[in-house]
Amino acid sequence: MDKHISVPFTNEVVKELHAGDYVYLTGTIYTARDAAHKRMYEAIGRGETLPIDVNNNVIYYLGPTPAREGQVIGSAGPTTSSRMDKYTPTLLDMGLKGMIGKGKRTPQVIEAMKKNTAVYFAAVGGAGALLSKCIKSAEVIAYDDLGTEAIRRLTVEDLPVIVVIDCEGNNLYETATKEYER
Amino acid sequence: MRTIHTDVITKNIREMCIEANLYLADDVKNRILSGKEKEESALGKQILGQLEQNMEIAAQDEIPICQDTGMAIVFMNIGQDVHIEGGPLEDAINEGIRQGYRDGYLRKSVVADPLLRENTKDNTPGIIHYAIVPGESIEITIAPKGFGSENMSRVIMLKPADGEEGVKNAVLETVRLAGPNACPPMVIGVGIGGDFEKCAILAKKALTRNLDTPSPLPHIRKLEEELLDEINKTGIGPGGLGGRITALGLNIETYPTHIAGLPVAVNICCHVNRHVKRIL
Repeated sequence: MDKHISVPFTNEVVKELHAGDYVYLTGTIYTARDAAHKRMYEAIGRGETLPIDVNNNVIYYLGPTPAREGQVIGSAGPTTSSRMDKYTPTLLDMGLKGMIGKGKRTPQVIEAMKKNTAVYFAAVGGAGALLSKCIKSAEVIAYDDLGTEAIRRLTVEDLPVIVVIDCEGNNLYETATKEYER
Repeated sequence: MRTIHTDVITKNIREMCIEANLYLADDVKNRILSGKEKEESALGKQILGQLEQNMEIAAQDEIPICQDTGMAIVFMNIGQDVHIEGGPLEDAINEGIRQGYRDGYLRKSVVADPLLRENTKDNTPGIIHYAIVPGESIEITIAPKGFGSENMSRVIMLKPADGEEGVKNAVLETVRLAGPNACPPMVIGVGIGGDFEKCAILAKKALTRNLDTPSPLPHIRKLEEELLDEINKTGIGPGGLGGRITALGLNIETYPTHIAGLPVAVNICCHVNRHVKRIL
């Protein structure tokens, strides 16, 4: 089912999203991948405030290519989510509502998603040129020294994603693969 | 004896890095297009349609096909009658990578130390495989390799008694474990034989072979066909979201091995299987 939703969003919106839904996201999201996650996780451990308020927000696991003159951002597809799994339950406990990436998640992440009412979306891996067209602004807001791995604030318009794991723990990767297995 | 200046090598590698990241070779592109026709899952078809659109936008707006523009893998087949002048060859190759990734607006994805992890900020060094071959030309292949799929690759030291069945199981298990992480539809390179590192290099080399050129060895060609067929029955499908088109192609390279061994390497690549070849 196709849905258009705005980000950030709350528990009420998350509860309406089900594994298999095709969703277009419009609003503000943040990018963070391996190095930024590690740095945020360590900052939390030291009791410091994070450079972004994760509460009710969505993180896109993305490290873009540099923008050419006149472009907002370069190629901007998802990276593999499982490398963030170590850090994710902590962020979910702090109110993170959604993640955009690709690939499997650990049972610990799925449990934390159920506990905190959060959703995991997949964007199409390797479609970075196409996805870049949905990004209307991009601004580095923290960890500039990390280059492509810096935290960016993105304004997105109808960013196409698919609900892979919903807040009840339904997992499209498992159900859809079984359907076509021979 | 022919003399080739390192400036020529640098210039070509710069151009090849950019070209590989903006335009997919026809063999891979055609498999994506024909896969879209064959795919049974509606969502799978839609995803393959997105990949088609993505290739068009990449070429038109000069935006890399994928944001992971990879580590630059370089195969250098150097004719033994070539003399290289102008400085160290390795520096010339890395300078080409440096210029290509800078001027092509490609991502800098290399860290200098695997544990300290500080970005080198110019995507160097590349991973260079040299071979000395007959002749007086240099054949260069550039294959930028993304790590979403690289991370799902494996080397398995089978026993001779495991035979062909063991090889098949190793490949299928690797593909199943990779699933959605490796950005299916995948391209799969398999190396069989040699030793621990030789089979891994063969698998990487297999990824650079044209998908429409099967192995010249009849039993290996049969194995390539059977494995591709089996992989496309796993149901993983485009994006790992279910479907028929799990792999676009599978190439196998082989080498003699020890009486006690049967090494197998499975190098997984996503659908953005980039490789550009030039002969200087």
